[in-house]
Amino acid sequence: MKHTISALLLGTALTLASASLASADDKNVKIGALSDQSGLYADLGGPGSTLAAQMAIEDSGLKAKGWTIDLISGDHQNKPDIGTTIARQWFDVDKVDVVVDVPNSGVALAVNNVVKEKNGVYINSGAATSDLTNAQCSPNTVHWTYDTYMLAHTTGQALVKAGGDTWFFLTADYAFGAALERDTTAVITANGGKVVGGVKHPLNTSDFSSFLLQAQSSKAKIIGLANAGGDTTNSIKQAAEFGIVKGGQKLAALLLFLTDVKAIGLETAQGLNFTETFYWDMNDQTRAFSKRFSEKMKNGAMPTMVQAGVYSGLLHYFKALDALGSNPHDGVKVVAKMKSIPTDDPLFGKGEVQANGRVTHNAYLFEVKKPSESKGPWDFYKLVGTVSGDQAFTPLAQSTCPLLKK
Amino acid sequence: MQALYAQLLVGLINGSFYALLSLGLAVIFGMLNIINFAHGALYMMGAFVAYFLLNLGGINYWWALLIAPVIVGIFGMILERTMLQWLAGLDHLYGLLLTFGLALIIQGVFQNYFGSSGLPYSIPDVLKGGMNLGFMYLPIYRAWVVIFSLIVCIGTWYLIERTRLGAYLRAATENPTLVRAFGINVPRMITLTYGLGVGLAALAGVLSAPINQVRPLMGENVIIVVFAVVVIGGMGSIMGSIITGFALGVIEGLTKYFYPEASNTVVFVLMVLVLLVKPTGLTGRAA
Repeated sequence: MKHTISALLLGTALTLASASLASADDKNVKIGALSDQSGLYADLGGPGSTLAAQMAIEDSGLKAKGWTIDLISGDHQNKPDIGTTIARQWFDVDKVDVVVDVPNSGVALAVNNVVKEKNGVYINSGAATSDLTNAQCSPNTVHWTYDTYMLAHTTGQALVKAGGDTWFFLTADYAFGAALERDTTAVITANGGKVVGGVKHPLNTSDFSSFLLQAQSSKAKIIGLANAGGDTTNSIKQAAEFGIVKGGQKLAALLLFLTDVKAIGLETAQGLNFTETFYWDMNDQTRAFSKRFSEKMKNGAMPTMVQAGVYSGLLHYFKALDALGSNPHDGVKVVAKMKSIPTDDPLFGKGEVQANGRVTHNAYLFEVKKPSESKGPWDFYKLVGTVSGDQAFTPLAQSTCPLLKK
Repeated sequence: MQALYAQLLVGLINGSFYALLSLGLAVIFGMLNIINFAHGALYMMGAFVAYFLLNLGGINYWWALLIAPVIVGIFGMILERTMLQWLAGLDHLYGLLLTFGLALIIQGVFQNYFGSSGLPYSIPDVLKGGMNLGFMYLPIYRAWVVIFSLIVCIGTWYLIERTRLGAYLRAATENPTLVRAFGINVPRMITLTYGLGVGLAALAGVLSAPINQVRPLMGENVIIVVFAVVVIGGMGSIMGSIITGFALGVIEGLTKYFYPEASNTVVFVLMVLVLLVKPTGLTGRAA
């Protein structure tokens, strides 16, 4: 009897010891790339984002240091309920540590709550809503690449200052469109301009002619496109058809991606002004990354800023893990570490993760080239201005993030 | 008030796409008794064929209007010969499931190779520009779409309802055995009819290529609306689907003006109302 008890105790002690040993140098990480894999945002995120995550794993150098990193991907189909179901399953069953990408602000905000509840890490690159680092901020969330505040304060501000003081909005009728319209309206009124009207259209609309006619009859100087992806390309294409630009009104593509310009074609897109935080043809490092990326893409596409953001966000996450020495499987702890290290990567340059989770880096004002200026199949942009990270993104003093008030 | 006229006209333009597509569906349903869920995918293929003709073969829009429907029509006939014909006489559900599966496969294949953002296709030079009607600026291309699809719709209606060939067709659906006894090759006629329906879808695809992006999912959204059009108009009724197509385009256009948020649901609300009051559709015969 005595022997049995002591054997049992010894066994328990050994188990406990090995368990604590395992967590002390647990070097296993699981990444979930959650995106729209087949819908209107699939080209700007989607499979390309999964590829970018894969490249980040390869380039992190963590494997050589004994880390095991797994990557899985999921399709949220632009539906918040599907997105949260996948995220829950990833945390509960698949033991995922970090969720990346997640375009579509509606889905992104829903997933934000799940990640917080499960104490995971959330590196969002695909969604635009600035709420992620304001009212809805979370100690588990880092928002890379862009947001609606930045878009409003770059493209929006530049246009108002250039004399575009009356606006009409074409707004995608969900969280993103509402946030972008709200943030841009704030900039317009702050600079003495006025919003004279707007329409909210359903997500994924193919015909914009009714809305464009309303925009035309509003006589606003600027027609602000607070939509994205296929909705933006169709708006621009049909605006050209209805002679809107020729009639003297100007289009403000508040959010435009490389793949959108490709889809519209330079003939129609030329001269559009917009803002991005990454373009493949910026310097040797971005070109080298983009070349590797494009070779692995099925259609040879160059990376969008969202996909580049997935890559850079993960690289920074790996830096934090490396500094911690092991994976604590504690989202708040890892994100706190990410905030304590300044960001510096080949694609976005130097910046920081602010206390509200917002990553600041440079933003660039671009203009779409004329067909005659383009030298290759992806040679689309002319750089017309650079805005530094602290000017482009919400100043901490203005952020409504509850984390800052502690 | 001027804005209202403009919205009516724009509704008519969208209506012409609905009419062309629902016409094809009605022809196929009327003659083959198949609910062709692959219609949206075939419409998309029409636009892609036009894109390839232009970019690989240097063949312009006008030829594409002719060639693309023929190519996609032949593709449709192959589908009918190899798969759909075995479902004749079975419950509608089998045809619906098969064509729905085909639609997913076709869209999946295109998406795999061309992504989701689409490819540019520009308006032919002759139809560029627009005219000022006083109450709106009408792009010439849109005017062309309305006129052209009206002609095609009426032509198809005439072919089926007023010619000898159409009479054979209608007879063949009523009583195939008897028509065969007169020495008419009914299976071949059925195949050609499916080809015609599919060709109409491809034609609508070519027409829409310069307006929308040529993209793999372009048919996915439109097909659901078009089904609602066919249901409202009455399954299998040729004239019913043409008129309903144009009418619903106009109603949708008005909704976009008065309450844009509801613009993609108004058609379905109407469908529910019609089904409640007159389950066979506005012009449909009782089965």
